[in-house]
Amino acid sequence: MKTLAEKILAAHSSQKEVTAGEFINVQADLVLSNDVTAPLAIKEFQRLGVGKTFNPEKVVMVPDHFCPNKDIKSAEQAKLIREFAKEQGILYFEVGRMGIEHVLLPEQGLVLPGQVIIGADSHTCTYGALGAFSTGMGSTDIAVAMATGEIWMKVPQTIKFIYHGTLPKWVGGKDLILYTIGDVGVDGALYSVMEFTGEAIDELPMEGRFTMANMAIEAGAKAGIFSVDDRTREYVTEHGNKSYSVYKSDEDAEYSKIVEYDVSQIEPQVAFPSLPSNTKPVSQAHDIKLDQVLIGGCTNGRLGDLRLAAKILKGQQIHPELRCIIIPGSQRVYLDALREGLLEIFIEAGAAVSTPTCGPCLGGHMGVLAAGERCLSTTNRNFVGRMGSPKSEVYLANPAIASASAILGRIGDPEEVT
Amino acid sequence: MRLKGKVHKFGANVDTDVIIPARYLNISEPDELAKHCMEDIDAEFTTKAKRGDIIIATTNFGCGSSREHAPLAIKACGVSCVIAQSFARIFFRNAINIGLPLLECPEAVDETEAGDILEVDLSSGKINNISKHKIFIANPYPEFMMGIINAGGLIQYTNRRKEKPSS
Repeated sequence: MKTLAEKILAAHSSQKEVTAGEFINVQADLVLSNDVTAPLAIKEFQRLGVGKTFNPEKVVMVPDHFCPNKDIKSAEQAKLIREFAKEQGILYFEVGRMGIEHVLLPEQGLVLPGQVIIGADSHTCTYGALGAFSTGMGSTDIAVAMATGEIWMKVPQTIKFIYHGTLPKWVGGKDLILYTIGDVGVDGALYSVMEFTGEAIDELPMEGRFTMANMAIEAGAKAGIFSVDDRTREYVTEHGNKSYSVYKSDEDAEYSKIVEYDVSQIEPQVAFPSLPSNTKPVSQAHDIKLDQVLIGGCTNGRLGDLRLAAKILKGQQIHPELRCIIIPGSQRVYLDALREGLLEIFIEAGAAVSTPTCGPCLGGHMGVLAAGERCLSTTNRNFVGRMGSPKSEVYLANPAIASASAILGRIGDPEEVT
Repeated sequence: MRLKGKVHKFGANVDTDVIIPARYLNISEPDELAKHCMEDIDAEFTTKAKRGDIIIATTNFGCGSSREHAPLAIKACGVSCVIAQSFARIFFRNAINIGLPLLECPEAVDETEAGDILEVDLSSGKINNISKHKIFIANPYPEFMMGIINAGGLIQYTNRRKEKPSS
């Protein structure tokens, strides 16, 4: 009768079972914030007058947005959270040992199947890839959760997405989620959980699942979620090997809607400015000239994404009139990419490679756009002014399309360069 | 509580990147953030907006990031409330938590134009378009959320619950 999301929420509430629409208090297994949202959360936390966090092992801060510090104001924010973290003894990852939060936490084994994770970052929904219920909130919510370990929630309804068929070449998690958002719209899953299922999902590597769950928020969803399978178990074993609980949607669980796709008919997708739902197949995007390509972010900054980019960029040259910036999502991804020789391929091709940061995705630093410039990015948002000037444009696509486009100087298909 | 002000009207999917661009997120003081509110879609907004003014928008207002800086910037501009056909969920929580009133009322959005004067009664959800002599009733808040609103925000609500755990 119950969905996966309802079962996880019930297990974290004082009730035996919960139903969509109910207001409940939920216990959090992990409470996250970053250098942009933590300063406000700390200020509100102090107004609660509790002194200490509810459990320092369940509160984590990651300086990733404007870090390494981009200017004096960012440095002040980073300093504030560093000092708070030290004073409270909470989990904290310093520059040089960190990563983009949503790449870092799963890799560190800090988020697990069956958990409830809340974060002051909208892309906290990423951990749904592991079969967790994870959702983004604001700084005040996070302040209260840091103090009490609890947060109020309205139990969301669930929309089931079923992906049938076999994935065509160059089509991955990014394309499935862009296609889905293009279909349902940027508020098509408002307040809902998107449950991703079907034989194409069974075959999807963990990287692709993280990408899909990451972008559930771009359809307005509260969470994106996958069932635990052998791929999940293998990932969790390799990353911390901690114990966890597995929940599964009942056969007769109640969904607000069921949406089905045949993935064998899906081409790689490109989201045109200025909404992630403004998608077209790549074959209809070939005449768009680019100034910059960004490969990385919490959406596509994992090792599998960089391997895909390297496969296309190997022995090639970045187009002379284009900047290609590649940002591994964490120090571990960075080191693995170095050891595998991927970074050498990128640098020989003429790409810039940087330490992990969210930086350019939100127009912070490390690749901000000027008026009139166009960037194709593997990140998750292409809103007006997202990566810099309000007169710049952002297109979203998968790492294979991004790499091929970096070579061509315009949006293009890997088949054109391999 | 009664609010009264001039309407600034926006369309669908006004995202948090245009409400307050990320390039200003290296600060968290509401008054500083307010100087840049909406500047990427309406460069004149901060000079036009007067204390008490009301933002009207169509669907999915506040979509995008979890930045609480977005409702803080709107509130610090003097905007007294936002009325929309629908809100993105994180923005909705954030606004309620920091005490920026939001109302969902598709009819009022359809029939109100920029520059109209509205009077809003938050307790009853009554929206009076004084310029057009029309009255609308917004969707009521769930009882649970009224508790947070009546307390003045989530911090005050939590502090009260700590004092009286049974309530």
